[in-house]
Amino acid sequence: MTLLNITKVSKAFGPVSVLHGVDMSVDRGEVVGLVGDNGAGKSTLMKIVTGMYTADAGEITLDGQDILGNTPGERRRMGIEMIYQDLALARQQDVSANIFLGREPQKKVLGMNFVDKATMRREAQAMIDRLGARLPAINRPVGSFSGGQQQSVAIARALTFDPKLVIMDEPTAALAVREVQGVLDLIRQLKSEGIGVILISHRLNDVLSVTDRIVVLNHGRAAANLTTAETNMTEVVSAIVGGADMDHAAAHEARG
Amino acid sequence: MTQSDSGPAKPGPSLWARVQSSAIEQLHIRLESLIVLLVLGAIMSVLSPYFLSVSNFMNIFLATATIGVLAIAATFILGSGGLDLSLGSVMGFAGVVGAWVAVTAGLPTGIAVIATIGAGALAGFVNGIIITRAFVPAFIVTLGMLGIARGLALVINNGAAIYGLPPAMVYLGQGRPMGIPMPVIIFIGTAIVMHILLAYTRYGRHTLAIGDSENAARTAGINVSRLRLSLYTLSGALAGLAGLIFATRVNAGDPTAGLTYELTAITAAIIGGTNLFGGRASILGTMIGALIMGVLQNGLNLLAVQSYYQQMAIGAVLILAVFIDQWQVRKESRV
Repeated sequence: MTLLNITKVSKAFGPVSVLHGVDMSVDRGEVVGLVGDNGAGKSTLMKIVTGMYTADAGEITLDGQDILGNTPGERRRMGIEMIYQDLALARQQDVSANIFLGREPQKKVLGMNFVDKATMRREAQAMIDRLGARLPAINRPVGSFSGGQQQSVAIARALTFDPKLVIMDEPTAALAVREVQGVLDLIRQLKSEGIGVILISHRLNDVLSVTDRIVVLNHGRAAANLTTAETNMTEVVSAIVGGADMDHAAAHEARG
Repeated sequence: MTQSDSGPAKPGPSLWARVQSSAIEQLHIRLESLIVLLVLGAIMSVLSPYFLSVSNFMNIFLATATIGVLAIAATFILGSGGLDLSLGSVMGFAGVVGAWVAVTAGLPTGIAVIATIGAGALAGFVNGIIITRAFVPAFIVTLGMLGIARGLALVINNGAAIYGLPPAMVYLGQGRPMGIPMPVIIFIGTAIVMHILLAYTRYGRHTLAIGDSENAARTAGINVSRLRLSLYTLSGALAGLAGLIFATRVNAGDPTAGLTYELTAITAAIIGGTNLFGGRASILGTMIGALIMGVLQNGLNLLAVQSYYQQMAIGAVLILAVFIDQWQVRKESRV
């Protein structure tokens, strides 16, 4: 069943055309890899899905419902979460403040709404525990954490509100080997829960090992839509570089 | 807390660190600033026999009220990663508008009060619109407003003060219900409301979030420019309230009121632990910061130090406060 459907989405920044009518879809419980060279338009496409950028043309639906008219906050509430490459954390705020940013639980006192800090702290701790993440303390500013710990906070923020679709932008780029396995396991777990996942990554080995399909962007076009079980490194690399010098590039990637 | 009795006792954080962190968490203040205030008070009471008295404390609070309200505005703006240099000028402008409405136009006190705060809010709204819609940096916009609002304050009555406010209005500045000056009541009341707003509501948390990382706030679905616009409007309204307190206390709409007050207000906020670059702010801390400035000025007055030197002292304290803050940030930061 189709969860996200992107149809003929185009985007230009001034005179620079970044996306030329891209089509892409994600089913429930499907993991789709989104790969391509730097500047191919991966991040731009995903920011259009989350609402950070507006599309010049095209259509995007979630569960058959058009979402292009919705604000980023509304799309989050509809179930689209993105884990950004730079994590997009507020470094001076603590773990629970980051996880609940923009969606703080409230309680009414004398008819006025106040942030329910006890609930925030409790649920944030529960989410961190569920992820098996080790954090020094839940009430410390996240800027004092290591890169992997900050990543855990960003992941916890994306998963706390029962998302339907999770977009991950280079989630393994800055991680140690053991932490990479943790993220790949997490993606498999999301899949088993029926959540759609889009994985943007330059690490093709990770993409081949965890995805069901791979969409290759090349100069703002969907150059290939490959079923992971039926493709291989050479074919993916060939689609990324567009045929030029591909044996050499594939051999390099295969060496890892 | 459970602790196994067989294992070796883990060295916990030191008592001072625990007191510090619980002060920051529960009360949102920096203990250092409280200590500075107490030490400063102790020095003053040794130097001057007049310092340590209830009436002098009331004087300090009274003298701090105007600056304190401005410092609360500065706390919100700095906490959001912004800057409002027009606070003092907008305060002067609002005071003259209020006096003009009450005296020259002869309208009722209620309308004059609304006009005073409204004039400040309008100036702040204009700041906010230009900052968020025209993308001119806040430093430039509010520096421009510093000149514009001061000029407007002078234009309204050809540079002269407007005297003779109606008694009901003067009560706001000179009344003493239960012996407590009205400006002190307004100041404390404003501080309590603003503390709750900053520390316990979504509005306050989002304010600190946009000051911390605008990108994080935006990806979290927060409408950053709308929030900024409302913050500059709030800042202007508070400057208007400060103008109301000042005008009713001296019974005049003085176009030179609030000159260089933004310096003291921003200093008070930073001494109180507000991060100059946003993301961290506390109204209680700012109250302490404002009182430090008040005690400093009061003490220097009691010691008969010329006001020129007081101006220098405030400037030096501002630089010192930011130096200590940056030094601590560098010490704590991992990167």
